[in-house]
Amino acid sequence: MSKTSNINRVDGFAKVTGSATYSAEYKTSGVTYACLVGSTIAKGRIKSIDTKKAEWAPGVLAVITHLNVDKPVGYEQPKSRNNFGQPLQIFKDDSILYYDQPIALVIADTFERMQYAASLIKAEYLKETHSTDVQKVINKGKTPERSKDYHRGVEDGYKNAEVILEEEYTIPTEVHNPMELANIIAKWEGNKPIVYTKSQGVEGTRRSIGGVFGVQPEDVEVHSEYLGGAFGMGLHTWPYEIAALIGSKKIGRPVKLVLHREQMFTNVGFRPYTIQKMGLGATKEGKLTGLTHEAVALTSSYEDFTEATVNMSRFMYDCANVSTRYKIVEMDTCTPIWMRGPGEATGSFALESAIDELAHKLDMDPIEFRKRNHAEKDLEQNKPWSSKYLLECYEGGMERIGWKNRKNKPGSVREGEWLVGYGMGTGTFGSYRSPATVKAKFLSNGTLVLQCSVNDMGPGTATMMTAIGAEITGLPAENVVIEMGRSGLPKGPTQGGSATTSSVGSAVHDACNLLVSKAIGLAHETNVFKSTPIANLTLSNGTVISKDDTSKSVTLVSLLNDNKLDELIVENESKGSEEARKYSIYSFSVHFVKVLVNPNLGKIRLAHVVSCADIGTVINQKTSAGQMYGGAVGGIGMGLMESLEIDHRFGRPINNNFADYHVPVNADIEKQEVFFVNKKDPISNPMGTKGLGETALVGMAPAIANAVFNATGKRVRDLPITLDKIIEPSVAMT
Amino acid sequence: MKNFQIIKALSSKSAVSSVGKEKDAMFIAGGTNLVDLMKKNVVAPDKLIDITGIDLKQIEFLTGKVTIGALAKNSQVAEDKIIKENYPLLALALSAGASQQIRHMATVGGNMLQRTRCSYFYNTDMPCNKRVPKSGCGAIGGSNRMHAIFGASDSCIAVHPSDMCVALAALEATVFVEGPKGKREIKFTDFHRLPGNTPEIDNTLQNKEIITSIVIPENNFSKNSHYLKVRDRSSYAFALISVAVGLDIQNNTIKDVRLAMGGVAHKPWRLTETEEFLKGKTVSETTFRQAADLAMKGARSYGENDFKLTLGPNAIFEALTIAASK
Repeated sequence: MSKTSNINRVDGFAKVTGSATYSAEYKTSGVTYACLVGSTIAKGRIKSIDTKKAEWAPGVLAVITHLNVDKPVGYEQPKSRNNFGQPLQIFKDDSILYYDQPIALVIADTFERMQYAASLIKAEYLKETHSTDVQKVINKGKTPERSKDYHRGVEDGYKNAEVILEEEYTIPTEVHNPMELANIIAKWEGNKPIVYTKSQGVEGTRRSIGGVFGVQPEDVEVHSEYLGGAFGMGLHTWPYEIAALIGSKKIGRPVKLVLHREQMFTNVGFRPYTIQKMGLGATKEGKLTGLTHEAVALTSSYEDFTEATVNMSRFMYDCANVSTRYKIVEMDTCTPIWMRGPGEATGSFALESAIDELAHKLDMDPIEFRKRNHAEKDLEQNKPWSSKYLLECYEGGMERIGWKNRKNKPGSVREGEWLVGYGMGTGTFGSYRSPATVKAKFLSNGTLVLQCSVNDMGPGTATMMTAIGAEITGLPAENVVIEMGRSGLPKGPTQGGSATTSSVGSAVHDACNLLVSKAIGLAHETNVFKSTPIANLTLSNGTVISKDDTSKSVTLVSLLNDNKLDELIVENESKGSEEARKYSIYSFSVHFVKVLVNPNLGKIRLAHVVSCADIGTVINQKTSAGQMYGGAVGGIGMGLMESLEIDHRFGRPINNNFADYHVPVNADIEKQEVFFVNKKDPISNPMGTKGLGETALVGMAPAIANAVFNATGKRVRDLPITLDKIIEPSVAMT
Repeated sequence: MKNFQIIKALSSKSAVSSVGKEKDAMFIAGGTNLVDLMKKNVVAPDKLIDITGIDLKQIEFLTGKVTIGALAKNSQVAEDKIIKENYPLLALALSAGASQQIRHMATVGGNMLQRTRCSYFYNTDMPCNKRVPKSGCGAIGGSNRMHAIFGASDSCIAVHPSDMCVALAALEATVFVEGPKGKREIKFTDFHRLPGNTPEIDNTLQNKEIITSIVIPENNFSKNSHYLKVRDRSSYAFALISVAVGLDIQNNTIKDVRLAMGGVAHKPWRLTETEEFLKGKTVSETTFRQAADLAMKGARSYGENDFKLTLGPNAIFEALTIAASK
């Protein structure tokens, strides 16, 4: 990927100039404005709801509640909870299942009138006792169907070891909160729903909406061409989207609904509060002999949300005896949804903190300890790795961060007044590949058009597709046009799990190769190349040439014109190979941090952050580095700041705004670097890539916790590491 | 948000008379806090009187004092060359507040009048005596990490969020106001009040009065002053605790000192007893530690903010040390 490995983000200009159209920005004639009014209790029933004042307010077109809603036919389907449960059926009845659950939809002719009318709605409730505090119900966890206990070797074998570590780690609820709010414009064309919405998966949104309204997925039109971030919240079709469609059907006009920032904290999922117990055992020489990882995570009362929190512990290290257990507890909240790095980010905090703690107990350098337990193959699946350059990540990071300056004894390095600590944490994520279909077209104006319904929530999917398409066809990147993010295009997968490049990139790769063959085949039929063996023909910069005799050439444009074609088309579905199933395909990342700590003020400075990753071939340095920086910053937020604080007396969050819910700012990170091993994976896909988006975040939070320990001797096992957890009374002089 | 009218006042006198006729009228300047409060339905005025057209934006240096117009922007004051030279404590405190964008909008008068950031105050379906008298205090027994350790009451443990005001309390500023009964002056430390049984009242400004300027007397603290702000991230976060310190050091002896804390009380918390203790003492680590401990006399925490009892003296010690070493 030489020429195209550093092309600029193809949608960058549109995004920074504001010409990119996000869902709520589509010009729609006759559009109306809607908002959702939320419940002020966390559990119970609506006793009464007074909508009269709102209905009479100027400009109001409709107020919809459970009392007057035309229930979509999908609500009548029998309810099953045996697997995932069922998404909240908005306005189905009077029950309140979580704080800020929508109880009314207000639609008006202007935004301001809608807002005012919404403020007039008053509800009374029959309150029931809510449960939002996971710590109080930790023993009520249930093992979900799809997260069975796992044992390798002796169950809880760590207990027999020479050196044992048993600790508990907690992460709070964190919220995705992309800059672009959850939003939709919903309308109907006869019985066919049309939505402009914030979705990470056009095809998934079509299925969800189709299911609720009893419409075939093919008859649901979805547009989600630009996303201002999503981080996983766009993986679910949320009740607000259904509400907008119900509203539009009722008034016969398009309805625009944009959630308030506060509702982004309560109604569109989050990373769930999770308590983890680790048991690790090793020999005195530092060989891991046993590892037990247990997690209890929050879900809603109506859907079983699960994630791979404990899975990393099964394969990350060479360890004979491994047990994992995963439970969920039903709480009175909205359903969680995978948030960047999902379960692995949560799990790595416990695993990588515990590994650091055990290394300290053994008085061993934590990287040396990891190297002694380096897994040469995947012991969980008993398969070889497709490729694994984790050791190279360790080396690259150690050099850049200055690991040699680290001392094993906490608090023994100083820079002026500051205590210095070095820490690292390892991350990993499965490198998945889903089937994807891409249509590739050469147009008679010399353009290559690539079409796929896949979304680009920000990682640079369009740029990746452009780079691969340009590389294979030999056309300049400027000649490539990407059409994506809407229904009606060849079907792409949902964007999640770091699988897009492997899935869609491969489909672009295959479709473009087929298209090139098709063009060469046509060229071979021309007089120019009749006598040239087809194997000697190649396509470069829009022209078919002979490798032996460069004087002979036929341009693509003339080929199309001579054959009276407007375009040359290939549509092709690509999917993973049988061969790939024989391997275990994972990406690996290692985050290194150098912190400076003032223990008297509890101030933690991130003096230097280095993130290294083994993600196979790097298709584009710029967008990949951008993802890695962003993922690392997300991990820094997880480590130092992010926490949705719940006042359990009321069962509701109290910091549901950007002033009180902190994410890092530029000034928090003094120096940040990114480094890729950039070695092709021979198995994963034709390009040799592995996933990046998720593993970019996994392992950062423990790296910070480990560095803070190295600096101060304080081990923080409950995130985030706020200053109150490390502050010490200043030592009186005498 | 309910519908409201907005009119523009061109003089402080016309502003005062405009508000006088309306039942629920409020002044608006930068709007960096008021607009939030309106969006959250915490306040719902029928009428806003935009005072940004009034000529109260000047910073004037006169013999022995500086006068800062109430409508001077926070960034304007923070970046003023003479303020930076003669009142660096004020410039540091202003720069530590909010974000650059907000500082460009926010005015000096508005900064003084901003409301607490207590979550219970902002969420209209939660109890809050400050928003709805007699509805209870949600923060007591609830989330109170940001809350007061000094001067709180059973009604309210909220803190005043300003950085600027902590510096102005230390610098013994005077507030000039104008109202229907004419003009008057208020000592800065008397401007904000403690909650007592009436936490709904933030300050001693009377109904329909408008702040026109603040005046800061000349001082000898320009060399050895510091504003230390401890917060949960490096920028754009309210203070958990802040310390404003001005030292007048001559021959290693503290001739005069001003000390105030932010993020600890319903008003900027001036530490006069600690100032008295420090006066005349030699600059030393021991003196500063003793002062830091003395400053915490009478402090009381409420659970989540217990750490402030440790952070408080540490921050005072650190601020004194930094100021003395400048």
